[in-house]
Amino acid sequence: MKYVDEYRDPGIASALAGKVALMATRPWVLMEVCGGQTHTLMRYGIGDLLPQDIELVHGPGCPVCVTPLEMIDQAILIAGLPDVIFTSYGDMLRVPGSRRDLFQARAEGADVRIVYSPMDAVKIARENPSQRVVFFGVGFETTAPANAMAVWQAAREGLPNFSMLVSHVLVPPAMRLILESPANRVQGFIAPGHVCAIMGFREYEDLAREFQVPIVVGGFEPVDLLEAISMLVAQLEEGRAEVENQYSRSVNYFGNVPAQAVMRDVFQVSDRKWRGIGEIGDSGLRLRDEYSAYDAERVFRLAPLHVEEPRECISALVLQGRRKPVDCEAFGKRCTPLTPLGAPMVSAEGACAAWYQYKRHA
Amino acid sequence: MPSELLRALPDPASFTCPVPVPAHDRIVMGHGSGGRLSANLLRDVFLPRFSNPVLDRMDDQAVFAIGGSQVAFTTDSFVVQPLFFPGGDIGSLAVHGTVNDLAMSGAVPLYLSAAFIAEEGLPIGQLHRIAESMAEAAEAAGVLIVTGDTKVVERGKGDGLFINTTGIGIVPAGLRLSASEVRTGDLVILSGCIGDHGIAIMASRAGLEFETTIQSDSAPLHGLVAEMLAASRRIRCMRDPTRGGLSSSLNEIAAMSGVAIEIVEGRIPVRDEVRGACELLGLDPLYVANEGKLIAVVAPDAADEVLAAMRSHPLGRDAAVIGHALGGEPGLVTMKTAFGSTRIVELLPGDQLPRIC
Repeated sequence: MKYVDEYRDPGIASALAGKVALMATRPWVLMEVCGGQTHTLMRYGIGDLLPQDIELVHGPGCPVCVTPLEMIDQAILIAGLPDVIFTSYGDMLRVPGSRRDLFQARAEGADVRIVYSPMDAVKIARENPSQRVVFFGVGFETTAPANAMAVWQAAREGLPNFSMLVSHVLVPPAMRLILESPANRVQGFIAPGHVCAIMGFREYEDLAREFQVPIVVGGFEPVDLLEAISMLVAQLEEGRAEVENQYSRSVNYFGNVPAQAVMRDVFQVSDRKWRGIGEIGDSGLRLRDEYSAYDAERVFRLAPLHVEEPRECISALVLQGRRKPVDCEAFGKRCTPLTPLGAPMVSAEGACAAWYQYKRHA
Repeated sequence: MPSELLRALPDPASFTCPVPVPAHDRIVMGHGSGGRLSANLLRDVFLPRFSNPVLDRMDDQAVFAIGGSQVAFTTDSFVVQPLFFPGGDIGSLAVHGTVNDLAMSGAVPLYLSAAFIAEEGLPIGQLHRIAESMAEAAEAAGVLIVTGDTKVVERGKGDGLFINTTGIGIVPAGLRLSASEVRTGDLVILSGCIGDHGIAIMASRAGLEFETTIQSDSAPLHGLVAEMLAASRRIRCMRDPTRGGLSSSLNEIAAMSGVAIEIVEGRIPVRDEVRGACELLGLDPLYVANEGKLIAVVAPDAADEVLAAMRSHPLGRDAAVIGHALGGEPGLVTMKTAFGSTRIVELLPGDQLPRIC
């Protein structure tokens, strides 16, 4: 398959791994921020190709994983109302809230539908004027423009029965949190390529400068990741701390400017709680007041909930790269994809789920 | 327990248990996925109550003696949406599915029943087309539909049409194929490209508008099976990897036989269009349904003969040895990747779900 096979070429991959082995003179700890990258690393066993001195730790970049329990509970509450059609991307449906997931809500009679785009939810709202249609707006900067566009479109049409339950988070504040922690071990970052395709990589320059940490924007195929790792190790060995772009076939410095414009029009930056981590200032997006008629939290007058995370779960440490999934005593025993204790075991892209699926015995 | 965490813990006396409740007290879609949840349902609800030596073999069909004959007996229900899809429809699928479940025991399929649950409002013209398609499929497969039933449910209580087919066939004397017969060293053969049916269905579903030329692989496999058995009787077991895909069938075989199975990524044929669609949707072809493929586990010395017989049949042209059984952790299925690393091929907890990004 074109544009995929060349990035999965075992020969190129092993050459890049060899290059890393030649360059590395001492141990380095690198973090891939995005869950999609974690998935590729585990699926192809990239860690096994690299010298032992290069440690890869997994970051917080899995939108399904970091959506707070409260938000899932709110979604289930809304979905259970008799006049509501609740729409969502498929993988949010299996994420447990404090007691149930949306699949179970559906089994109990809620009208919950999987859609492939927020525009499909707008279409459902148009076709069902007597129902209230809610879309679960989840994700990082990657999904924000399409979600913004759906709200913008609904507002332009004056659709009175469409709203969005927004739980958007942003990557740079989470990286800042990790870097500011006294226990931080991460010495270089692979920045998420899809997020940067939207946002460009200008905003990562402050982080690189302030914390003297190299950041390479990386793609999602094995060769992409190995090349990004090799670029990071080169910077670290040479004492540089710059932002570089490995994923140049999709990402440029300024990003997708029209997409950013619609995001800015519809959303504003706000504080957000991250599942497993807690509240991070200015780390997410919410709808601007002009669009409050489309904000499900206001439309349904949701009272704030507070739910405790399971105490045994060390996901906060896993999501910050301070612990590996297998370091957790519950891993693979009391905590599995069917019975997740915490966020990273929930989605296939969560670090714990990826370890469980591909490397349980490592 | 890590020390950071220990410090964060309050007085143990104040502990509550906010762990998500793992037990489902209602059926969810994942219970029908053929993955882990389906297996749990069998284990917790049905097997303890129905347990008997025939059922407990957990093959795709029951095989038992009546008079002097080994009879194969199986049933399957079809709830596919849309009813008509590229490469087939619910009618032909209902015939092929049951014919194939019989064929996996080596049986010659003979008779089918067909039961229809139609939803009020279903256009009768569609039922004509579906019945016509079933008749053609049955004739091509050499089976007779000899009994049936029709029920109608109120609008909204069904999804257009559900079909159940039950089939019986006769297993050749002396043949015993079972998922519990696999031994260390046996080779795993796959009859062709995986994922065609699942992707064809997904591509034709409302809401997923991408153009593709992928057709369902729905086909009766008993002819291919007959050729294989004519080439060698040293076949241990066969499975058609339908819902849950290749991974579910391999996990079932490994579990039933108490062996480990290792497959090799580069040897598993997948069409480019299927790979592309899987990339787009974030799916893994190992978990996507097939309706006209089989896997056969064969004794090592029989592999060449069986493979040659398969390749000379139109439904086995792309057959390949994709792996082998070994004496590792019983029930564990692993895959050697193109990169030389090894990963676990797990049963999925539920349905594969298209990803957010």
